[in-house]
Amino acid sequence: MAEQQVRERTEPAAAPAGWEPRIIAFLCYWCSYTGADNAGTSRLKYPANVDIIRLMCSGRIDPELIMTAFARGADGVMVCGCHIGDCHYLTGNHKTMARMPLVRQVLADLGIERERFVHEWVSAAEGEKFARLVRQVTEQVRSVGPLNWPQRMRERGVGHGMDLKSWGE
Amino acid sequence: MGANAGGAGSNGRLKVAKYWASSCGGCDISLLEIGPHLLELIEAADVVFWPCAADFKYQDVAAYPDGYIDVCLFNGGVRSSEQEEIARLLRRKSKTMVAYGACAIDGGIPALANLSTVDEMKAASYHQSPSTPNEGRVEPALRTETPFGDLELPALYPQVLRLSDVVEVDYLIPGCPPQSHQVWKVLQAVVAGAVPARNDAVAVGCDDKVVCDECPREKRKTRIKEFVRPHLKAPEPDWCLLEQGFVCMGPATRSGCGAPCLKANLGCRGCYTAPAGVSDRGTAMIGAIGSLLDATTEERAQEMVGRIVDPVGTFYRFSLASSMLKGRR
Repeated sequence: MAEQQVRERTEPAAAPAGWEPRIIAFLCYWCSYTGADNAGTSRLKYPANVDIIRLMCSGRIDPELIMTAFARGADGVMVCGCHIGDCHYLTGNHKTMARMPLVRQVLADLGIERERFVHEWVSAAEGEKFARLVRQVTEQVRSVGPLNWPQRMRERGVGHGMDLKSWGE
Repeated sequence: MGANAGGAGSNGRLKVAKYWASSCGGCDISLLEIGPHLLELIEAADVVFWPCAADFKYQDVAAYPDGYIDVCLFNGGVRSSEQEEIARLLRRKSKTMVAYGACAIDGGIPALANLSTVDEMKAASYHQSPSTPNEGRVEPALRTETPFGDLELPALYPQVLRLSDVVEVDYLIPGCPPQSHQVWKVLQAVVAGAVPARNDAVAVGCDDKVVCDECPREKRKTRIKEFVRPHLKAPEPDWCLLEQGFVCMGPATRSGCGAPCLKANLGCRGCYTAPAGVSDRGTAMIGAIGSLLDATTEERAQEMVGRIVDPVGTFYRFSLASSMLKGRR
């Protein structure tokens, strides 16, 4: 599906007043989470729109988790891990690196704008980069508006079972 | 096969029903594929509804008492108001509801239509198709007035649903279509009277592992160098197809079929349902491919997977309706 067609079909509805993007960030324990921590201890400001989920390695980020985040109501998803060569488990992030292009392709084919999914390497020392990344991702997700996947599917008659439950239900 | 609408268990024989919803008819054929065993089945059971093979009407089913049917084999997903109505009717009339085949379980091939809107599909079928002259730009309507009275058609739903999205399902028999030896294994249990109490969509007629488990090909622990489409290269006979670069859904597909595609030099298409513990088949496959790519940079990985034609249609070929995202936005 051409990006243009995706855009035409998914022209964002006007965001309701007071809407804030909700972004899920999957961070690896060894580099990126420590990098986020570094941003905090350095007292760098970044938007509170991001909910961080820590995993031991970015290679543990089963693409299913990314889909689950969108399916349950996330407006954006970030995946961060150690730079190539820095993986605590040597090759965990190589697998992440190989998976993300397909994830991006599948998301595009399912009509999810590329602004909503970001994959970036963040080392333990890159608190500044992490804060900048969150600012940038929050703004680009804001620009495409709410995704509202659970409501969207419920309107089409899908939504029985746990898999499309959004938070707080 | 006679009608036995005389009341629940009036002759003490099992009552079996089969229905087709959004499906191709292959599942009905697969039931015939059990061959001579069909006679054993009919000796023990009465077919009380089977639109493909026997002349029962919806009113006949509606007239049965609730729970009259012992086992209902339901194939096909739910795409229209008619299909949902019959699914609900059959659920009420059946003690045991079986989602039979990939479409009823996961949406199957018809669920790939979840990548398009109803309007896009109507445009393609009625207006853009070069073989369909339609000067009056006619489209099917829910209600059409004629001099003889109003005619009604069932409503098309915006998305293909699984059977389990609409009613409670007791068992799943996966496959596109289910393999006859597995079908007979399940039916034998039915014939033997061993139709256990309700279960929560338990997969039967299959195993719990993945297709690789029963694939005769050897894994050489090599990485994928390049993706190849099956018509461009003859695969080496005894070597894992995925390692050779042919897309094979084996790692994300439940075992039990006996790997007939692999034995015929074709990558697994993924018709048996998700292996135990997997809920999104496409991402399971992305995970598997990611671990096998021989790429050291993201650009190289991008270039390699760019060769996979239609990743969504390939990885979710049979399972879009049961994937996490269910379809296109």
